[in-house]
Amino acid sequence: MAHGPAKGIGRWLRATNHKDIGTMYLWFSFAMFLLGGAFAMVIRAELFEPGMQIIKPEFFNQMTTMHGLIMVFGAIMPVFVGLANWMIPMMIGAPDMALPRLNNLSFWILPFGFSLLAATLFMPGGGPNFGWTFYAPLSTTYAPPTVNFFIFGIHIIGASSIMGSINIIATILNLRAPGMTLMKMPMFAWTWLITAFLLIAVMPVLAGAVTMMLMDINFGTSFFNAAGGGDPVLFQHVFWFFGHPEVYIIIIPAFGVMSAIIPTFSRKPLFGYSSMVYATAAIAFLSFIVWAHHMFTVGMPLAGELYFMYATMLIAVPTGVKVFNWITTMFRGAITYETPMLFAIAFVILFTIGGFTGLMLAIAPADIQYQDSYFVVAHFHYVMVAGALLSSTAAVYYWIPKWTGRMYNETMGKVHFWVSFVAFNVTFFPQHFLGLAGMPRRYADYSLQFADWNMVSSIGAFAYGASQLLFLYNVIATIVAGRKVSDPKVWEGAEGLEWTVPTPAPYHTFSTPPAIK
Amino acid sequence: MVAKNPVRKTVLWSLLAGVAMFGFAMFVMPPLYDVFCEITGLGGKTGGRYAAEQPEVDQERVVKVQFVTTNNSAMPWEFRPLTDAVRVHPGESHKVEFYARNGTERDMVAQAIPSVTPANAAQYLQKTQCFCFDQQPLKAGAEANMPVVFFIDPALPPSVNTVTLSYTLFDVTDRQSAAVTARN
Repeated sequence: MAHGPAKGIGRWLRATNHKDIGTMYLWFSFAMFLLGGAFAMVIRAELFEPGMQIIKPEFFNQMTTMHGLIMVFGAIMPVFVGLANWMIPMMIGAPDMALPRLNNLSFWILPFGFSLLAATLFMPGGGPNFGWTFYAPLSTTYAPPTVNFFIFGIHIIGASSIMGSINIIATILNLRAPGMTLMKMPMFAWTWLITAFLLIAVMPVLAGAVTMMLMDINFGTSFFNAAGGGDPVLFQHVFWFFGHPEVYIIIIPAFGVMSAIIPTFSRKPLFGYSSMVYATAAIAFLSFIVWAHHMFTVGMPLAGELYFMYATMLIAVPTGVKVFNWITTMFRGAITYETPMLFAIAFVILFTIGGFTGLMLAIAPADIQYQDSYFVVAHFHYVMVAGALLSSTAAVYYWIPKWTGRMYNETMGKVHFWVSFVAFNVTFFPQHFLGLAGMPRRYADYSLQFADWNMVSSIGAFAYGASQLLFLYNVIATIVAGRKVSDPKVWEGAEGLEWTVPTPAPYHTFSTPPAIK
Repeated sequence: MVAKNPVRKTVLWSLLAGVAMFGFAMFVMPPLYDVFCEITGLGGKTGGRYAAEQPEVDQERVVKVQFVTTNNSAMPWEFRPLTDAVRVHPGESHKVEFYARNGTERDMVAQAIPSVTPANAAQYLQKTQCFCFDQQPLKAGAEANMPVVFFIDPALPPSVNTVTLSYTLFDVTDRQSAAVTARN
């Protein structure tokens, strides 16, 4: 090969190699995951018992807000960008990403964006306290003075996402190995192509929303101020026009990971590849026309409620196609239960539960009862944590032998899986009951009848948090002292170009494009 | 790199799409939302000056109309309705007055913005005359009674028995923008 990695810190600061940048994204997102997780621990510690024990309500609000922002923008989105950087060039037979320098920029502005965001916690007035959805006028008229740091942080994070997606689109559309038609691409590349289009469409809308906030706060406009001719409900429309596609931005790459792992350990090709592609595209399209189901209670004409209700329920059809295909792939397969497969099966089960509660919330008249309760919290943690997080954990276990040339410790992996699986359900399943019993979300305190399930939920959360430290230990132990593997095809059932390059993957792969049969 | 131009083309199109979506969010969505609200009456926004012929009075029905006022946080004037509520027959014109006093030591200009609750009554409260159609200048220490002439459209949904008309008063001394007036 022409040359290996540069020496010292310069390798990382000036990185243009997709594998180096992928690695940095993965570590960065894990650091953010631990930070957001620490905030979650503070929240659950305060909610362990009714009454105020540990923190002040103002700080509690900052914790819930920062937990949401850090987890969505700092942990889940970058982890999939990291996986995309590492895997997409190797999956489509490209030597690198199409725009390596842009890739460097899009990673290196992230730490600055999140520093701006996290630094607000140490400023007078405290961090953002208006919820991760930052509804106006809470985030404009009544915002803490640090809100401008939050706004610029979001701008930077959004710019990073847009650059990352442009890079992924340019790579997939232009650098595929000769003979690899779009419909021969691995599902992971397909899901990321669709995700990247979603990102380009809606991250600018988020930038628009925070820019309007910025102008309302600092320049006397009245976009969201009813008294000046604006409307706070407009904020909710703009936000959820971004926000609903955003939840699919988070989950669609997870679908791609599942479609790689499940066939490998079932030793069968993915069932219904083309229906998978069309289902993903259908979900992406529908995500643009259902946003107002997040705001059934703002006052909407009946026709609007009905439309958004039915359109939302329609999403269950392509999602059902995907779940059906995964199950059919497993059906009569020669399944073995290595750690990535355990996480994948847990994903299918728990994500489906999250999907069903989503259907319950889609029913407009019922949503009036459920909205802003812990039922919603339980729902979106079943799709965010069990969906996006379990799948990215599965992806790390699945590809880490290829990345490092070392196999993780299977026993430790299984322990990690079972502890997180049980702890996850102990944490979030009771929140369904709390929500149905009427406990509202985002409060630092609750009435006595909610005490027992909150304590159960908090115990589960602590166990879940601890199990992630086990994960960190597993990963480091693998890198430092894992059993060496050198077979290009680490898993016997794995298919795809990434398993044709040597293990560990050399610094440069596919400098000459592979031949596609 | 194998081919440079196709990559550049993809990047340019993607960038263009991103910029277009930003423009859509900033410059298309808010006016679009305003138009949507104007058509549906969402958000409690009332129509402009009512100029068409007045409908017949519905003697059978009585609707209570309440008046509330709010000062924008930067607005120091005293501002309140002289009548808290009236009972009217739909179709029947009524005149009510609002009192405003500029207690500061400088000449100021105010703009009132109306809003109607419940939202589905907004397009049935018609104003034939309103101080909110114009800006209100008051010299330092001056006071004024500001009139509104309105009627309730008999087509008001039968479920609505009480309508609240609310005004928020803004200080527009520094920026006497026509845009604010135009939006009422």
